[in-house]
This record gives sequence, structure tokens and C-alpha cells, in this order.
Amino acid sequence: MQKKLILDSDLLDITLSRLCEQLIENHGSFENSVILGMQPRGIFLAEQIQKKLKELTKKEIPLGFLDATFYRDDFRRRDTPAKASETRVSFVIEGKLVILIDDVLFTGRTVRAALDAMIAFGRPEKVELLVLVDRTHTRDLPIAADYVGKYVNTIESQRVLVELEAQGYKQNRIWLINNQD
Amino acid sequence: MSKLSQRHLLGIKNITTKDIELIFETADNFKEVINRPIKKVPSLRDITIANIFFENSTRTRLSFELAEKRLSADVVNFSASNSSVKKGETLLDTVNNILAMKVDMVVMRHASVGAPHFLSKHIKANIVNAGDGTHEHPTQALLDSYSIREKLGEVQGKKVAIIGDILHSRVALSNIFALKKLGAKVMVCGPPTLLPKFISSLGVQVELDINKALAWCDVANVLRIQLERQHIKYFPSLREYSLYYGITKKILDNLKKEIVVMHPGPINRGVELSSDAADSQHSIILDQVQNGVAIRMAVLYLLAGAAN
Repeated sequence: MQKKLILDSDLLDITLSRLCEQLIENHGSFENSVILGMQPRGIFLAEQIQKKLKELTKKEIPLGFLDATFYRDDFRRRDTPAKASETRVSFVIEGKLVILIDDVLFTGRTVRAALDAMIAFGRPEKVELLVLVDRTHTRDLPIAADYVGKYVNTIESQRVLVELEAQGYKQNRIWLINNQD
Repeated sequence: MSKLSQRHLLGIKNITTKDIELIFETADNFKEVINRPIKKVPSLRDITIANIFFENSTRTRLSFELAEKRLSADVVNFSASNSSVKKGETLLDTVNNILAMKVDMVVMRHASVGAPHFLSKHIKANIVNAGDGTHEHPTQALLDSYSIREKLGEVQGKKVAIIGDILHSRVALSNIFALKKLGAKVMVCGPPTLLPKFISSLGVQVELDINKALAWCDVANVLRIQLERQHIKYFPSLREYSLYYGITKKILDNLKKEIVVMHPGPINRGVELSSDAADSQHSIILDQVQNGVAIRMAVLYLLAGAAN
């Protein structure tokens, strides 16, 4: 197994700041915007983005956690049923500008399920997707991210591992792992 | 691991504590789902479930049907009263005929003990036991323990008294198995004629005096007097039963502590539970009903989710 560092703590900080600036550019005062972190791993990133945006704009943007497990299309196609996590959406999505956040964009299937899950809470005016890592050329569905931390060229057998301090790791690091060696 | 150790839910006796915990955690998620404006998720959209009820039931069947529909499963209902069973068809033939129409799961209630266990040896579909005779009623026990967990934070170490007709009750037996697995202390209380002879071998305390039982417990799970199963007289009259074992608001108010009152329904008001007790702040009977849907969604989701 080979591990290659894609992003370290300092670079991640710069990346997150850039993503926040891009969000500010598009959302202005964030009056009608909400953030949805995707369970299980997108929520840590969503929390950090919300915190950073609060420092930059002095605004508390509503933050929710969305679990798409029950909307997945691989039910009965895997050995064990996917384990669900908590969904916590304490605001109405109807008519809102939703910033959907996940750590890694791979096949796009989780995002598709999340779009379905989101509709259960109302009809958003617009949905944007923010990901930390976009694995290019691996998409199964026509889904693209609006805000990307870093594009990484990968092949199917590789894996992207995101370690964040908020998840209990010693430092923020993002790895590309080679399984075939 | 997020997988049950069994392909069927036949009883609480043969599932593990881990299984119960997994069902509870999954039910937490479904409880959130059924309180949304849109209460439906598409998980089981390519699954067909047959609800086969050889014995009458309103609440359990309704609860299963709602759980199935909220998971987007296709549902067919079958009750024995208007079927070929009356014409002499065997259980296995009936079920095989239903399965030949491409049914993936069977939810069955049957008057005979062990009927779902028998079926599980002969058919491929997943089976959920919705009550077999006086044996087990696993989803009821799961929702009872889940309701205790929700109300009191945990089941471990809690004292639960099961009161009433223990002899004929599948709810009592499944509850004893579930509560013991989750680490609760269990007592059964009722007239001696309605207590099975060797019940203490399951590791439960036996008490004949209801006042002592109520003073001891944190939770009183009051069972229905099953009038339809009293072929011989186990007690002189309903009035006498109610005088000795009926729970009233007055009795609850005179206790030194607050206890939780549960009932699997349907209540015989004025017999095992008075109206003022059933509708008091002690009672979590309607929470049990709501949790029943979430628990059944979790069971169906977990059983259907594993690839065959």
C-alpha cells in the first residue's frame, strides 16, 4: 500500500479560505442560503466552512446534516445494508439556496441520493455542490461540483482518505492511497 | 457491522444483543423520518412484502403496513378469514402460492406456536414473526424496550414488572427475552393460575401481590386479559380480577415514586387498567404505538438490505 499526501494542514487552510471567498462572491449576504453537510464525513467540513464564513462575514448561516442512506440506489446490491447516520435539518429548505457539502466526489451516486433526500424537506431554489476533493474521470452520473478544493486524477482502485482534526486525527491531512502494489 | 445475525426475525430468543442494538439505532433514524413533512423513503422500492395474518389483528397489521409503505415497498395483505385456508389448503401450500408471485418477504401471524419457524425451513423469503400463538411477538418486545430506552435513557439496570396474563402472552415471553438481553431486571406478576409453572427458570422474579410489584418497579408493562384464550376459568370473574390486579390512577399516585405505565393494546379499560390510569401522565401507550412503526421499519430495512 502506497500513501501520497495530497493536502497538508497549511494547504488545507488556504484551500478552505479560498472556497469561502468563492462562496461569499456568489452568495453575498447569505440571506437566503443554508449549508447542508452530507453524513457521515461531509459534516466536519461543513462545520468548518460555516465557522470560517462566520469569521469572515459575521453571519451565522443555518447548518444541517443530511443522511442519504435510505435513498441510495445500491440497496440489496451490497452484503450489508448501509448504516444510517443522523439527519438534522432544523430549517425549511423550501425556496432556499442550498450549499451541499461533502469531502470527496467520486461516482456521484451519493450526491444523487442526497438530492433525493433533500427534496423530502421542500423544494430548494437552487442547490450547489462543494467538495474538498474532486476525483476526476470517475463519475458514473452526470454530476459536477460548483466549488472544488482540489482536483485529483485517480483510477478506480485508488482511494482518497480525508483525515481531519475534527474527526479525531492529530492533524489535517488528505491522502491518495494506492491499493494495487 | 451493520448486519443482523439472522435472515429472519422469528423471535427474540435467537437474536443477539448486538442485533437488538442495531435495530434500535436504525429505528432512531426512521423515527426522525416518520416525523418529517414527507414521511416516505424509497429504500424498499423493489421489494414486495406479503402480510399473512391467520389470526386477527388491527394494530400490528396496520403498523407493519404503514412501516412497509413508508419504506416504499409493495404490499399485499392476506387474512385467513376470507381465503383458501377455509377450503383446507396447508400453510406451506398457501405461502408457496403467494411466493410464486415473486414476493420477497413474509410478515406472518399464526395461531400455532412455531409456525414461522417451520416456514423458515422451507421457503427462501425473509420471514418476520408477527406473533405465533402463545410463543413470541418479537417486534412488540423490541418496541417496548425501545420505548423504555426512549423514556428512561437506557434499559440496562431498569426494573420492569410484566403484569397480568403471563400464561397466554407471547408479548410477555418476547419481552422477558429482550429485557434480559438488554440487562434489565424483570418481574412477572399476576394471579397464580395465569403464571406459567416454570417461569422463574427464565431468570425472572415472581410476585403475586401487585402492590409489591408496583412498589418495586420503574416500569409496569400491563398485559391484556385475553378473553379469547380463556377456555377454562382462570379466575372467578373480570370484576374480581380488576379488584385484585387492576391498576388505577389512585394506586399510581399513592406510590412513592413515578413509574412508567405501558400496555401493548388493545386495552380492556376498567379491567387491567382503569381509564384514568391509561390516560395519565404515567402512560406511554401512544408513544409505544408510534415507536412500533419505526421499529418495524428498522427490522424490514435490515432484513431486506442484505443481498441474498
